[in-house]
Amino acid sequence: MLQKDFKRLTLYLLFAPFALWIILLIILPHIGMVALSLREKVAPRVYEFGFANYLDFINEPIYWNTLLRTGSMSLLVTALALIIGFPIAYYIAKLASNRTRGALFLLCLIPLWVSDLIRAFGWILLLRETGIISSFLVWSGIAGQPIEFLYNDAAVIVGLVYTVMLFMIVPLVSTLDGMDNSMIEAGYNLGGNGFTVLRKIIVPYAMPGIVSGCIVTFMLTAGSYLTPILLGGKNSSWFTEQIYNQFITRFNWEAGAAFGILLLLFTSVVIWLGLKLSGQTLANTVAKS
Amino acid sequence: MTTSPMFDLECINIAKSFGAFRAVKDVSFNIPSGSFFSILGPSGCGKTTLMRMIAGFEEPTGGDIQIKGKSVLGTPPNKRNVKMVFQHLALFPMMNVFENIAYGLRCNGVSNSEIKKKVHDVLERIALPDVAEREIHQLSGGQKQRIAIARCMVLDPDVLLLDEPLGALDLKLREQMKIELKLLQHQFNTTFVYITHDQSEALVMSDNVAIMNQGRFEQIGTPQELYHRPSTAFVAGFVGDSNRWSGKVKTSDGSGGKVATEQGLEMAFTAAHGETIREGTEVDIFVRPEFIHTVRKTGSVGTGEAADNSMDGVVDSLLFNGANSRVLVRSAKGELIEADVTLTGNDDVKPGEEVSLVWSSKQAMCFAAQGAS
Repeated sequence: MLQKDFKRLTLYLLFAPFALWIILLIILPHIGMVALSLREKVAPRVYEFGFANYLDFINEPIYWNTLLRTGSMSLLVTALALIIGFPIAYYIAKLASNRTRGALFLLCLIPLWVSDLIRAFGWILLLRETGIISSFLVWSGIAGQPIEFLYNDAAVIVGLVYTVMLFMIVPLVSTLDGMDNSMIEAGYNLGGNGFTVLRKIIVPYAMPGIVSGCIVTFMLTAGSYLTPILLGGKNSSWFTEQIYNQFITRFNWEAGAAFGILLLLFTSVVIWLGLKLSGQTLANTVAKS
Repeated sequence: MTTSPMFDLECINIAKSFGAFRAVKDVSFNIPSGSFFSILGPSGCGKTTLMRMIAGFEEPTGGDIQIKGKSVLGTPPNKRNVKMVFQHLALFPMMNVFENIAYGLRCNGVSNSEIKKKVHDVLERIALPDVAEREIHQLSGGQKQRIAIARCMVLDPDVLLLDEPLGALDLKLREQMKIELKLLQHQFNTTFVYITHDQSEALVMSDNVAIMNQGRFEQIGTPQELYHRPSTAFVAGFVGDSNRWSGKVKTSDGSGGKVATEQGLEMAFTAAHGETIREGTEVDIFVRPEFIHTVRKTGSVGTGEAADNSMDGVVDSLLFNGANSRVLVRSAKGELIEADVTLTGNDDVKPGEEVSLVWSSKQAMCFAAQGAS
């Protein structure tokens, strides 16, 4: 009997931090956000329940354009990260020897040792008008005058792909790692060429890893703030910037909260669509990798 | 087994080195069409490398591989009509049974209706007609095995390679699959090349067995030949169980004579198949347990056979295993000798009893010792 109580106590104690975290840091703030977003300011310090903040979003094209732009650019970043990350992950998991593998993994990790901010500044040093690339082009005579590479969409995308790459590579490596080499050999042995083996065996096998990598990358990209602002400048029009503006610059918490909820809904819908299209479930992708 | 003039698979002086290590050394053999050929050897003897070369996953450093009389050197694995059943089967878990079998046909550009027919046919032949829509993880071990074979056989290969496919199965199923594999081979009438380190698998199923050791073929022959007339000491020791002695020949007429073992035992021997043993040679003598008769000291000695070797000892222990029971006898010199006994459950020999061991010189196979072995 005592044994049973003790067991139950351990369970509660272990579960408590998790419960506190999920209630205090996830559920409560979001309930607060939803409540906040459903308030309308009718007079100073007087609020009413209503959907005005959401209606504002729909009626003002710049808001939903920004959201769509953020979404489509995030998808592009995710796709690029996948295209670049897959061969790297394949090399690490299947072709590299055991020793080089650790080293390569470490190389992928190194950028994470410095903060987002420093990494973005690294790109600024490279790309700005007086930066290394521009100076080199002028010095070598390829360009007649300094070129500004910063503050455009390409710079934002490059910076974001660089930031999220690791989160694409890690799940891919772990799924590809679990794949028996003889599976690939069997693919060839039964008459498939390199392309067939990739399309019919390697990619389907790695699908859980691909999907979970894409989910993480997409979420990180759509919710990122520093990189788009620093590399895209005023032109970046990232949706998180709108949220920031509402909260901090315009002190309109109600609209900010509504935007926050909208971003969450939007990314959730995109991921749900992605899962449906790839025929995967959240459980077998994120849980597996 | 009739040998048709055509060989499905021929290897001529095939060799493979990994750096300084020579994994396969000048192996030559040919396999008649439609036969079951096994390559038997201890792990690390180069048999898997040999198989991977036949399948095209490794390029040999020397020699030639011919399939149906045509050299396949330089032909990529997906263009060779040699299919392989992998050690862990390598069925594709993301496809169902039908898609697994259809994969190879699709690669060859076979039409959909044709694929349906062929997959259905092959499933009938392996006696699993209703599993087409199942997922791989829903199959039992033996079913997976058969699907892996069907996946290859549907492509009509010239040669089917099997790389220890029974290794992962439990004992009972393995025994069953041995028979089943043999039947499947008969049914498809395709050349099977089977790689294993398990001699009972090789002996039970094969028409011919090659014994491989340290990158070389020691002997190729029917299972019976290998067992009764091994041509090297390695084969004698590796195939079946043996009591083994080392000694020096005292008298010999070339094909037989007397030898004194290191333990001081004297026995009559017969030179192994094709060997000439001279006086004074260091030799290894092998006697199989089933050829040693255990006779009670008190009983009559007349076994009726030419039992020209005998030795006294005390029963040390009985190893009861039904029909395969053994008795361990400790000789006067202190060594343990294994002999088969028939235990009837009535008045059997018991540990501690004094017995005589009797065997014929014909069953004492003798090989000149080769330092290394």
